[in-house]
Amino acid sequence: MNKHSYEHIEEMIYKEKLPNGLSVYLLPRPQMAKIYGLFTTDYGSIDQTFTPINGKERITVPEGVAHFLEHKMFEKENRDVFADFSNQGASANAYTSFTKTAYLFASTDHTMENIETLLDFVQDPYFTDQSVEKEKGIIAQEIEMYNDQPDWRALTGTLKAMFHHHPVRIDIPGTVDSINTITKDDLYTCYNTFYHPENMTLFIAGNFDVKQIMKMIEENQASKHFPKVEKIDRSYPQEPDSVFEKDKTIKMPVSIPKCTIGIKESSSELTGEDFLKKDLLQDMIADFYFSKGGPFYQQLYEAQLIDASFYFDTNLEKNFGFTLIGGNTSEPENFAAKVRELLETTKRTEFTDEEVDRMKKKKVGQLLRSMNSLEYIATKFTHYNLAGVDFLKAVPFIQSLTRDDFNTFVQNWIKNDRIAVSKLVNE
Amino acid sequence: MQEFREKTISKNGINFHFVPTQKFKTIAITAKFRAPLSRETITRRALIPHVLQQGTQTYPDRVALQQKLDSLYGALLSMNGTKKGNYHITTIRLETANQKFISNEASIMDEAIALFKEVILNPKSENGSFPEATVTREKATLKQKIKAVADDKMRLANMRLLDEMCSEEQYKLHVQGYEEDLETITPDNLYSCYQSMVQNDTLDIYISGDIDPDTIESKITGSFVRRETETSIPKEESASPKNEPKTVIDKQDVQQAKLHLGYRTNITYGDKDYFALHVFNGLLGGFPSSKLFINVREKNSLAYYAASRFESHKGLLFVFSGIAPEDYQQAREIIVQQVEAMKNGDFTEGELNDTKELVINQMLETTDNAKGIIELMYQQEVGGKELPFNQLTDGIKKVSKEDVIKVAEKLELDTVYLMTRGDKNE
Repeated sequence: MNKHSYEHIEEMIYKEKLPNGLSVYLLPRPQMAKIYGLFTTDYGSIDQTFTPINGKERITVPEGVAHFLEHKMFEKENRDVFADFSNQGASANAYTSFTKTAYLFASTDHTMENIETLLDFVQDPYFTDQSVEKEKGIIAQEIEMYNDQPDWRALTGTLKAMFHHHPVRIDIPGTVDSINTITKDDLYTCYNTFYHPENMTLFIAGNFDVKQIMKMIEENQASKHFPKVEKIDRSYPQEPDSVFEKDKTIKMPVSIPKCTIGIKESSSELTGEDFLKKDLLQDMIADFYFSKGGPFYQQLYEAQLIDASFYFDTNLEKNFGFTLIGGNTSEPENFAAKVRELLETTKRTEFTDEEVDRMKKKKVGQLLRSMNSLEYIATKFTHYNLAGVDFLKAVPFIQSLTRDDFNTFVQNWIKNDRIAVSKLVNE
Repeated sequence: MQEFREKTISKNGINFHFVPTQKFKTIAITAKFRAPLSRETITRRALIPHVLQQGTQTYPDRVALQQKLDSLYGALLSMNGTKKGNYHITTIRLETANQKFISNEASIMDEAIALFKEVILNPKSENGSFPEATVTREKATLKQKIKAVADDKMRLANMRLLDEMCSEEQYKLHVQGYEEDLETITPDNLYSCYQSMVQNDTLDIYISGDIDPDTIESKITGSFVRRETETSIPKEESASPKNEPKTVIDKQDVQQAKLHLGYRTNITYGDKDYFALHVFNGLLGGFPSSKLFINVREKNSLAYYAASRFESHKGLLFVFSGIAPEDYQQAREIIVQQVEAMKNGDFTEGELNDTKELVINQMLETTDNAKGIIELMYQQEVGGKELPFNQLTDGIKKVSKEDVIKVAEKLELDTVYLMTRGDKNE
């Protein structure tokens, strides 16, 4: 067990890679009342085409399988896993993103049992034709619920406009039609390929005894058998740098139109410090311009093109990245034109020392604030860890960034053909 | 787990609460202004947070204010309005990094207190009023926000349910305000409303984080001074009893129907049945192991969400579900059956104990959240009853099956609201 201490933020992490390949991280926080456990597989909605474990040829599975699988993990032959956690005073949940599927619990008691339950239920699939059929109605309702949400439609529409082929353009839960084609065999194929311990990370944070927990996890894993595996062969289509559609209009019943600008940030593979640097700079610079009081925010605000729903968001994953800027606006055309015009001016930006200092301070403070939450630390640590980055070292890394780093990034940030506009208007 | 202690002092017409805890890397100052809900002021009180964030005397516009916040290590200033029982509560909160985690920084705390005071007591004003341009612009912002509720169907359904269920009660008031009231707002009457809020509302200020209460006490109590005020108590009101539950159906252009039910619990925060109400809600629809989730979703595949939640101060309980429009009758029957099953005591001792643990677990988890701790404490102020955390959890531990059945028997279905697919003008 390796111990890693981060003195500047008073945190400690214990790491271990188990013989079966599972990566385990423990972050003790004795002041807290609770324990948060997060069991993540490096498998999300974009992992649609791959060679199955022990298979010879690549296959492509229906849209929405990763999310469907996540739902079905909770049902066992004679019981429901939510009930198991409930019996132990814990609340459990799960989510599927573009790149990950994660299972989690929070509890303030029965620590050992809850961690074991988390490991055991995720490592013991039980799918039948009947249970797969039954789930289709529930997921169809989930999809219909999202389809009624203008924010969701604006987001997914913008992704479809930005990306030509990359599966990030596919809705995470799939479509009502695609999920209706999913079979028990699809679920087992994906499960066996992607839920191997080698492809998974367990992160436990909160109030617990480190030695006792690590020993229990080791024994639990040693008692199970997993086949030997090679690196998983996944395939993603070639994705151009440019956007697929520069201008797109979605129609649905809505009281106030929405407009979203998507900046396609990346379509190549990044790891380690390159990843962290791009991730932080893209976020700090978007924040500089578009957060409340930022120069672009202020111009949009004064031109009455935005309201309280205005937002921006940056994302970077191993082989794609994007920034979104959008919100409700009564003038989607003018909003889009103005944002494009403002973004165009960033090429000539020279940040002052004072501006760089303020951006760095703000980001450091945001990180410290977010570390109040065990959920956030567990999620972010796992996310960055998969990209080869130690999240808990982000604070000193930000402090080490120079004015040149900021200027180089901003001057090369915007390319006209990497911007997509998606408008959502009343039908 | 570290125990949390609260030190409270009342001084200068303000209740100050000090909450030292080492759980967090930040320090938060939270002010809660409380006044009875009223149609006269609700839209103004919805607008005030928007205007206050546009600048102060020292930082005269949003840019200057934001740059000050950013340079205080991204201090987060947030303001919002909520309803609790018959009260409206305006919350103003400033959260900053604790300077102990940043090398060579010793003044963040002092500057944060000064800025917090400035934002609340010295907003940008001209001749004893808010600047007209700011008010006009922020009215437009609020107007859009009011309109946008129509696009959030879950929220709209909750709002429509309350419109119908509490038609004779203040609790129906929309916390985001009313479009038609915006026209009556002027910089002058908005400023008067703000002054009244600052001077006459019941005011609680919480400081939480890794702080030394003694050091911070003099800093904060010296910064906020006002004359003593009387707590204004909302008028007692009661809804006219309904012989039969009312059913309301709205047609909207939606794919998924929303079936939301409103019940009267006849139990509020100070009541002895309050602990059992927590457990009742947990068994009915608070968790994925609850009756609603299991029966509406898991057994019958009718919904993606099916849950319940209760309001502590007004005595209301809501059931929410998102269903296919054609499943309305079936879903309604199953939901009503679950409440009946509770009355019949159709749950085991094991389920009862598990639920009690889940409820307590959820409360303990709330204490790990910087905002959650304050909300738990503030419940006591609004409820007008001291109920320290340990008493709350002990009370829940003691709940018996009979106690839960008694809660079920007190429960009355008031209104069934359905938003479903169809032409609005049908």
